[in-house]
Amino acid sequence: MKYAIIVLALFTLTACSKDEVAPDSTKTGTLSIQFDNIAGDRNLQLGTGVYTNAAGETFSVDMLKYFISNISVKNSQGQTYTVPQDSCYFLVSEEDGSSQFVKVHVPEGEYTSLSFIVGVDSLRSTMDISKRTGVLDPSAGMDEGMYWGWNSGYIFFKMEGTSNVVPIDASGQHKFRYHIGGFGGYNAVTFNNIKTITIDLTTAGIAKVVDGRIPNIHLMADILKAFTGTTNISLAEWSTIMVSDYSVNVANNYQKMFIHDHTEN
Amino acid sequence: MTILKTSKKLKVILGFILFLVACKKATEVTAFIGFQQPASFPAPVYNLAGNNITEDGFILGRKLFYDARLSRNNTISCGFCHLQTSAFTHHGHDVSHGIDDRLGKRNAPPIMNLAWNTSFMWDGGVFDLDLQPIAPITNEVEMDETVENVMVKLRATSEYPALFKKAFGSEEITTARFMKAMSQFMVMLVSNQAKFDSVQAGLKTFSADEQKGYTLFQAKCSSCHPAPLFTDYSFRNNGIGIGPNNDMGRYDVTVNANDAYKFKVPSLRNLAYSAPYMHDGRFYTLSGVLDHYNSEVKDMTTLDPLLKQNGVLGIPLNADEKTYLLAFLNTLNDKTFITDKRFSEESQ
Repeated sequence: MKYAIIVLALFTLTACSKDEVAPDSTKTGTLSIQFDNIAGDRNLQLGTGVYTNAAGETFSVDMLKYFISNISVKNSQGQTYTVPQDSCYFLVSEEDGSSQFVKVHVPEGEYTSLSFIVGVDSLRSTMDISKRTGVLDPSAGMDEGMYWGWNSGYIFFKMEGTSNVVPIDASGQHKFRYHIGGFGGYNAVTFNNIKTITIDLTTAGIAKVVDGRIPNIHLMADILKAFTGTTNISLAEWSTIMVSDYSVNVANNYQKMFIHDHTEN
Repeated sequence: MTILKTSKKLKVILGFILFLVACKKATEVTAFIGFQQPASFPAPVYNLAGNNITEDGFILGRKLFYDARLSRNNTISCGFCHLQTSAFTHHGHDVSHGIDDRLGKRNAPPIMNLAWNTSFMWDGGVFDLDLQPIAPITNEVEMDETVENVMVKLRATSEYPALFKKAFGSEEITTARFMKAMSQFMVMLVSNQAKFDSVQAGLKTFSADEQKGYTLFQAKCSSCHPAPLFTDYSFRNNGIGIGPNNDMGRYDVTVNANDAYKFKVPSLRNLAYSAPYMHDGRFYTLSGVLDHYNSEVKDMTTLDPLLKQNGVLGIPLNADEKTYLLAFLNTLNDKTFITDKRFSEESQ
């Protein structure tokens, strides 16, 4: 009996400390999170835009894709709601406008903080193939795809483009290829580039979720940040970054590329 | 008189019973048996609970395995580089020979006893059999296709939707179903009927040379190649030295300097059918392999410590010992496996 009480007490404590209680679980609304890709003070334009990185090198971007997953929101009381994982994997692609609006269902409420992963969590990265549907279907080709078939794992962030400072490659192009992934390894410990981003919404506008309206958290994703922050990355020096320890530097940089611009309620 | 009569009657009855048994046996041979756990093998690593092996799934997987639609220009099937008669390797090819006569950088490994593999490929880059086919399909020097487009091609055929329905309950063709069917076929490729297995089961005996070879093998080889699967699935640098293409093996997957030039320890089953040997197929004979271990092991920072004991490089073997080892290795060849009609391209 004594033990039962202690166990019950512990259980209650655990429940409280987790703060996983949904703010109002009876009614839900749609929350939109916009990933608006930019390059410094310019809008990102695939192919045609010319940008300058922190190393002073000019370049263009032909492809930009990244995974957003494991979204959660927090209200001012500190209560967190985590979107069910099965419906929380999104692939943002610069060439597909609608993919830049990530829409999730959350309980009605006013949210002051947003959290998400850039990439795919390690659990899902090792799940049975029947649990890898939609954007996680590892079926696309090596060029367009976001999956390494030869080294089982998702590419979390893929940016390709050209720069005159990059040495000419076998295809005759001055191409740079940044394919950043790595969930920490399955049967050996490897680098881990899973990045959890938490964004405070109180300065630029909290999100008020009510049924029937779709508030939009407008984030800017500044790709110039991928080249700087913790490490200045030179295209001339690093034109190909894929499965390597150096990829950690790109991920450490781009985890700071998301800026909350405003919220449309 | 009565005794004779009875015995005649008995004979007739016995004959009839025998006939019945024979009939039953005949139907048993053709019936689908499914995955059978060999008594002498450990429990499989592959998650059989997540992919129930059925006759229809196996037949679909076999058809996919031998279907050249899996490649960009419909010329290369899995069976192209994995021939049953060569224990599902590419006979005579040092490195894989794929689409448009492109050459890969590694030797096509045998497809056998995959249910016990803890990882796949020479570098172990793939950790789940259900994900394995993606690698050769998308590799530009092998099949140079996308899995996505394979699905499109299969959906457009007249036969596959019905085969998927038989195997999975509906005509829907998805990546997951495709991979599960492929795995059903590959998991069934069990090789456990070599002479060695019969000796272990007490049904046959080793010759004198084979026995001597077995004793030597246990002393000198079995720490990396333990029975019954004859590999411990670890990654090791066996001192063959850096190849012309500087293939760093396991390092490519883990980016760990300690893994440089390490490759997965291969099984020693069916060696008679699967020459050439090593990750790049550099040895065409087993004798060459033994010569390597005897006197050609190169010292490198990641060389396996077992190949440099007490400062001595390699595994010293005299001519007699080589003969005995070769005799023993011959007992690991499984003729039944490479002639099993259930696995053949012609069976469809």
